[in-house]
Amino acid sequence: MRGDAEAHRMVAPGTLASVLELIAGEPGEWTPIAGGTELMVAHAAGRLPSSKLVSLWGIPELRFIDTRPERLAIGAGSTFTDLRANLRLTNDFSLLARAAAWIGSIANQSRATIGGNLVNGSPAADSSPALLVYDAELELISVRGTRRIAYTDFHTGYKKNVLAPDELLFAIHLPRRFDKHRQYLRKVGTRRAMAISKVALGGTALIESGTVSEVRIAAASVTAFPKRLYGTEDALCGEPIDSGTIAAARAALIAEIVPIDDIRSTSEYRRRVAVNLLQEFLTDLQPSEACR
Amino acid sequence: MSQTWPAIRMTVNGVESALSIPPMKRLLDVLREDLGLTGTKEGCGEGECGSCTVRINGELANSCLVPVLQVEGARIETVEGLSRKGEMHPLQQAFLSCGGAQCGICTPGMLMAATHLLQHNPHPTMAQIREGLSGNLCRCTGFIRIFESVIAATAQTDQVTDAR
Repeated sequence: MRGDAEAHRMVAPGTLASVLELIAGEPGEWTPIAGGTELMVAHAAGRLPSSKLVSLWGIPELRFIDTRPERLAIGAGSTFTDLRANLRLTNDFSLLARAAAWIGSIANQSRATIGGNLVNGSPAADSSPALLVYDAELELISVRGTRRIAYTDFHTGYKKNVLAPDELLFAIHLPRRFDKHRQYLRKVGTRRAMAISKVALGGTALIESGTVSEVRIAAASVTAFPKRLYGTEDALCGEPIDSGTIAAARAALIAEIVPIDDIRSTSEYRRRVAVNLLQEFLTDLQPSEACR
Repeated sequence: MSQTWPAIRMTVNGVESALSIPPMKRLLDVLREDLGLTGTKEGCGEGECGSCTVRINGELANSCLVPVLQVEGARIETVEGLSRKGEMHPLQQAFLSCGGAQCGICTPGMLMAATHLLQHNPHPTMAQIREGLSGNLCRCTGFIRIFESVIAATAQTDQVTDAR
């Protein structure tokens, strides 16, 4: 059933401070809406539960990409078009730029925000695996002040997160320490463009003296929310990349993912593809014959 | 429900308007119902097909996903704004000449996405055309004639831009 525009209140206070005051005054009553690429779909289907919406679109304090020597800070209101247009980001955090290019069409990328992608909390969120393997931190803001948490601590369940009713996601911080890491990100969907992922897997790894000295692996669409795969990382850390290590990592991956059957795919297909993506990443990490 | 809504101001194809409408009304519906601009079509209504593509402050957007309050003060371009003094835009002419339009539902969105592409990249490669139009679905042409239309328009666009 089509949603009824007249059944919803919507306000656009225009500044971050006025939005924070509004949601602090009636905690949990107002649903923030940024580019609308998720909530307006729910609205069209008559599935938008909230009757009161507060617009975050066009609030300048939320839309920035701040480059520092030690980190990159991305305002939660930055669109994926903003991300793709930022040369520092595309150079230094190429996995995130690649994920930004996957997100829907150009018309979606120019409206959808990175903050909306994370707060919406889809298990298939396109930006999540890249942010997880880059050790992203999230800065949350309310009238009470700001706090920083590791992105790994943000999602708490299917479409659930740690945001308090009076809080907004303010910024995503990416530490700049991955330039020597080998990096991997691949999404498998029904087709190459404009498809929601069936499985996505990302990884960053540092290989020193022939062994894995640091590794981060994360996946989307194989758990209730995008997650780091610590068990798989443990199977790799300190080990040389050989067939034994790869077999152990594949087994660890299977043990810690819980893919489901749904309209987009089956659990069995997701499990097999996730393992194959891991294999692809690890095979790339192996020293090539030419270098020996 | 009868209610007085605050006026929302916007400029559509260069014409300013102030409309008392529900803030959550979709821009697509405002264009079609309140402004009578029925060139913009509704396809899927959920941001997948691109039929309702317009430009907002120079950025492509699916107007089915934009609550009208979010275009307060914005400059909007729809397919009706492409022609000049009764003359078709070179892209419109190319779509006509090359068979780029069949049933016509996707055409306004294709034209807006192609306009956006050529404005940023006047001589796109085939790969760039495919990416630029990747959010616009067509169920008639098989896309090839649409891509050919865009290529045909690039030469003409150069001449028209020089003349304007």
